[in-house]
Amino acid sequence: MRKFKEFIIEKLILISGLTSIFFVVLIFLFLLKEGLSVFQTVTPFDFLFGKSWYPISEPAQLGILPLMMGSLIITLGATLISVPIGIACAIYIAEVAPSKMKEILKAGIELLAAIPSVVLGFIGMMTLVPWIKNVFNLPTGLTALSGSIMLAFMAMPTIVSIAEDALYSVPKSYKEGALALGATHWQTIYRIIVPAASSGILAAVMLGIGRVIGETMAVMMITGNAAVIPTSILQPVRTLTATIAAEMGEAVVGSEHYFALFAIGIVLFIISFIINVTSDLFLHRERK
Amino acid sequence: MISSLGKQKIAFFFLFLANLLVIVPVGLILLIIIQKGLPAMTWQFITDIPRQGMRTGGIFPAIIGTVYLVAGSILFALPIGLLAAIYLSEYAKENLLTRMIKLAIVNLAGVPSVVYGLFGLVLFVSFCKFGASIIAGSLTLGIMILPIIITTSLEALESVPALFREVSLSLGASKWQTIRHIVLPNAIPGIITGTILGIGRAAGETAPIMFTVAAFYLPRLPKSIFDQAMALPYHLYVISTQVPNVDEKIRYGTALVLLILVLFVNLVAIIIRYQFRKKKKW
Repeated sequence: MRKFKEFIIEKLILISGLTSIFFVVLIFLFLLKEGLSVFQTVTPFDFLFGKSWYPISEPAQLGILPLMMGSLIITLGATLISVPIGIACAIYIAEVAPSKMKEILKAGIELLAAIPSVVLGFIGMMTLVPWIKNVFNLPTGLTALSGSIMLAFMAMPTIVSIAEDALYSVPKSYKEGALALGATHWQTIYRIIVPAASSGILAAVMLGIGRVIGETMAVMMITGNAAVIPTSILQPVRTLTATIAAEMGEAVVGSEHYFALFAIGIVLFIISFIINVTSDLFLHRERK
Repeated sequence: MISSLGKQKIAFFFLFLANLLVIVPVGLILLIIIQKGLPAMTWQFITDIPRQGMRTGGIFPAIIGTVYLVAGSILFALPIGLLAAIYLSEYAKENLLTRMIKLAIVNLAGVPSVVYGLFGLVLFVSFCKFGASIIAGSLTLGIMILPIIITTSLEALESVPALFREVSLSLGASKWQTIRHIVLPNAIPGIITGTILGIGRAAGETAPIMFTVAAFYLPRLPKSIFDQAMALPYHLYVISTQVPNVDEKIRYGTALVLLILVLFVNLVAIIIRYQFRKKKKW
């Protein structure tokens, strides 16, 4: 009897172990099931590179290039801001900060990671957006720049914690060797420790970028949501994620528009899949 | 020419500055929300239904909705996540399947939250015919927090020394008895931490519940798990972007309630983890 009970439990454990794979496949299949229908009305090429997104005009124009450009410009901006600052934070926390300071900084960054994105979007709307509007003398502060700054901030916990782990796991003998040869602490950091941790730092950057591309609420609240190909960082833009979130409520189930939003979901899923698999490879190389 | 120690001083100064650039805004954000949200914190605000198109009254249905959603998602994700972590830590061998499972977990953690919303919409709302309901939203959030629960539980299980298992097995206990009576009790604090972090995440997410459960305006409590519900994060989104002329005080008040809820939950997790690390003897 006990044998039988244990047999059942162990089977349950095995099944639960496989659920992650099951859910990833399930998500992808359901996105495909709904999203691929859009290609009955628009070719994949026109969908990906079409320059206008007017999903409810007659006939609907379903080109997501403006949305991809919107996501791209915000991601670029956020990466440019968050990567240098994030890596600098990680180096300071891992190598320089005295232990009390280290605890405070880590707690602050965990705090930031815990704030819901809708709250950050809200506070960005109330503070950052009017500030950008005044500083650059614009008709609206809902711009790609506001989105980039906010997202840089939101990507920070990911970048800092993973980069810090990578720096921390560099063997102590490397550091001791460099110091023994007469290098200063700073020389040891940028000549020895950072290069030794480079693949982990790269993974941190990639996962940060993944976080930025997938972020939805804050972006929708502070970038202005204009589906046009941006020519400047001071213009309103609309991202892939914000398009889904903003339009799904109004899209008629089974319409081209509905299918197109799922096709955007496929694009996002594939982007995040590529980012996660490659950064996982980098992290594995780190461990070896 | 600056000496190498001089260069070091300058470099460390800039590294410190980078930290200030992150920490100071975090502090400011908290301060602003607390300062502007506190005046809205009345008993009525917490316990009343929204009135006059959400421009006055309280946010009680949204708080309750969020509590239901979080409870539902944990009920779903905790058993599966814990068993999955047990599989990975106690049963899995170093092979391709294990590698695939770990990759799948990483991917689940990276899927954009709005994509979870789409998935929940087709699978639970349409395919399973739950409609926009608490159960559809809970299941969607549950799948989303699964990777958090698996990775933190796995870490806790793996930190139990192999010696404990060997002693138990050598005394004649079966594998499951060893897990049940030796491994799990020693990993409980880590598992609780993971669960609490999952709760915090589920309570704050907006995009996955927008199409699966959240009601724009529903000034009553949900009647069953197949009913729609309001939820705090979605309510904050609605009153700050979709409804014109809402008093700033109410917006900040809602943000403050959500923030307190999420930060309190995280604080509990941090304290448990800290106590656990302090007590750990191996």
